[in-house]
Amino acid sequence: MDNYEKLGQMLLAIALFVALMGVILLVTGRARRRADLWQSLAFVAPALLLLIVGLVYPAIRTGYQSFFDRTSENFVGLDNYDFVFTNEAMITVLRNTAIWVFLTPLLSTFIGLVYAVLVDRSRVEAAAKAVIFLPMAISLVGASIIWKFVYEYRPDQQGIEQIGLLNQVLVWLGAEPRQFLIGEPWNTLFLIVIMVWVQAGFAMTVLAAAIKAIPADITEAAQLDGLTGVRMFRYITVPSIRPALVVVLTTIAIGTLKVFDIVRTMTGGQFGTSVISYEFYTQGFRTLNTGIASSLAVVLFVLVVPIVVYNVRQMRKAEYR
Amino acid sequence: MAMSSARKGWAAVGLAASVSLVLAACGGDDGDDDTAGGGDTGGGDADCAFAEDYGDLEGTQVSVYSTIVAPEDAPLEASFDTFEECTGMTVVYEGSDEFEAQLPVRIQGGSPPDLAIIPQPGLLATLVRDYDAVIPVPDDARANVEASFDAAWIDYGTVDGTYYGTPFGANVKSFVWYSPSAFEEAGYEIPETWDDLIALSDQIVADGGMPWCAGFGSGDATGWPGTDWVEEVMLRTAGIDVYRQWYEHEIPFNDPQVVEAFDTVGEILKNDQYVNGGLGDVSSIATTRFEDGGLPILQGQCWMHRQASFYQANWGDGVEVAEDGDVYAFYLPGIDPAQGNPVLGGGEFTAAFTERPEVQAFQTYLSSDHWHAERASKGNFVSANKTVPVDAYDSPVNQLSAEIIQDPEAAFGFDASDLMPAEVGTVAFWTGMVNWITGASTQETVDAIENAWP
Repeated sequence: MDNYEKLGQMLLAIALFVALMGVILLVTGRARRRADLWQSLAFVAPALLLLIVGLVYPAIRTGYQSFFDRTSENFVGLDNYDFVFTNEAMITVLRNTAIWVFLTPLLSTFIGLVYAVLVDRSRVEAAAKAVIFLPMAISLVGASIIWKFVYEYRPDQQGIEQIGLLNQVLVWLGAEPRQFLIGEPWNTLFLIVIMVWVQAGFAMTVLAAAIKAIPADITEAAQLDGLTGVRMFRYITVPSIRPALVVVLTTIAIGTLKVFDIVRTMTGGQFGTSVISYEFYTQGFRTLNTGIASSLAVVLFVLVVPIVVYNVRQMRKAEYR
Repeated sequence: MAMSSARKGWAAVGLAASVSLVLAACGGDDGDDDTAGGGDTGGGDADCAFAEDYGDLEGTQVSVYSTIVAPEDAPLEASFDTFEECTGMTVVYEGSDEFEAQLPVRIQGGSPPDLAIIPQPGLLATLVRDYDAVIPVPDDARANVEASFDAAWIDYGTVDGTYYGTPFGANVKSFVWYSPSAFEEAGYEIPETWDDLIALSDQIVADGGMPWCAGFGSGDATGWPGTDWVEEVMLRTAGIDVYRQWYEHEIPFNDPQVVEAFDTVGEILKNDQYVNGGLGDVSSIATTRFEDGGLPILQGQCWMHRQASFYQANWGDGVEVAEDGDVYAFYLPGIDPAQGNPVLGGGEFTAAFTERPEVQAFQTYLSSDHWHAERASKGNFVSANKTVPVDAYDSPVNQLSAEIIQDPEAAFGFDASDLMPAEVGTVAFWTGMVNWITGASTQETVDAIENAWP
């Protein structure tokens, strides 16, 4: 029975699609006068349809479900949001997310920018850029596994050798090996290092290209005026590449809000390292609590929106200039 | 995607044709309640007599979904062969690491598997209560379970008074792994009581060794080995009745009896003198992968490791697991003589999501003595089925497990975290154990878990 129903639904969907396309083609064929409008609509419609089905509808549904209980049956008002913002474990999650979003873009962009300036027009530029860009080619799970080995801990005992890079360095320096992934809140910083390691390459590439695009007459004029070194960087380079900087910062910030792979691979959200996007998964797929999972997704969405808006506005400004 | 759903469509047409036939066969099947006994006497490998009870299943197909992936899925699938050959039914098996997350998704998406092998009764209860997706166990299957299993196994598969899950495999957790040769060399005896166990631990410390090693790490399930420790001790200090009240939340999670159990575990796991042999200090328990938790025994850096029967797969090639071999396990002794020698264990359950006759027939078969004997003969399996002789199991540890499960005197406690609601059993209890082992006090821990109870 169920299978018939699904078969029917599939046929219905195909029929609907064919009918819709037929209507569009018919209308575009007839309405010559507004050909422009209809034609562009015909091109946009499929994409729009997919967006509505695949993005807008689920988003609205998620928002709706966030006001309902775990099975989306009973209306619970703001209870889910109350839980997200008052439960102790959830506050740790929100705090970690804040640390991630604040530190990762700043550190990655800073490192990428300084690196781009330092290697710009140097003899080893290509090789140096390749080195920092390589981590970009690794998936976040792969990067996490690499760093898991870097942080790996073995006790300081007779007959036991360190297999973690960092702890081996500590032992060489005469210090005790330590458990990098346990102590709160430092462990979150050790996880952020991974994201920075991956994203700095992206920042460097975009910013290096922007630096190359600064018109030579500007830098020459500045040099004639006596600007060198750090002041050159501060007053000429940075203002000139401001649009690129904003794009890099916001892109990394959005990516960071969605960080899931690193947390799951490194700690499984234990030791107080969970973030919203991981907690969303835990609530949605482990405790099967659709209500709280949806409200976490909404919180995540609300946090991303201002960054996207800012990004778009800056881009527009740059275009008008 | 399109291919597979189209194929399903055709399969459905085929099925519909055979449904009426099979229905008739099933109708005639109702009378014989002693199916189980009859099937068992068949015995012989190629003997298809047992299959006659299941009616005409020629050309039908049943999908089975579970957590069991390669390489453990090979003996499992092999255990279906006889039934497939004798009935002409096809089993479409699929194992997944993401089973617990994917099963609800598939149910909500309208394409559940026909049968799922569910490792936690708590998940079964959620699927029943939240999704209303599980089909009650057919009467013949229930009769099979009643005939050959301890009555408690009916309870584990029952949700709100209706019976939904038939027992599949089982495992015993109350084992302490050790090295027989190392024990003999050092002159240590296998402890018979908890006091002996502690005395032995102290003796090892006095001789300059580290008695215990442990690891709670298990990806995003990190912490579960810790819950087993607490459950073992709860059974031994508070007894099976309080244990039941505990997982059914008739007593709060921060009840003094639970605190006592945590603290008793802490005497071993939070004792710097006792742990964590070859792996670090107490906090290293939290980050050590559970697969690695017992391995220092092989290097002589640790002496004892409490872990379930399935840990035998982790010792690696060339390590002989036997009473006179490289490693073996002894029973974790009781604490309070009044509570006897309880056993902690776990198991999986078969639940159906569609009501087609062939699905019901196959669920019934999976609960029969015939299948459990068949599965045991393929190795790497323990069943709670009492008709399977102990020497049918392949390894010494599995034989010991079966012996312990079949002992009518032993109070068998099912893994409590698997019976608790998911918010506790798969999140708060796990996180609680991790925080507890990395420094949180017992009271903080049990209060936090109690607060997370839905």
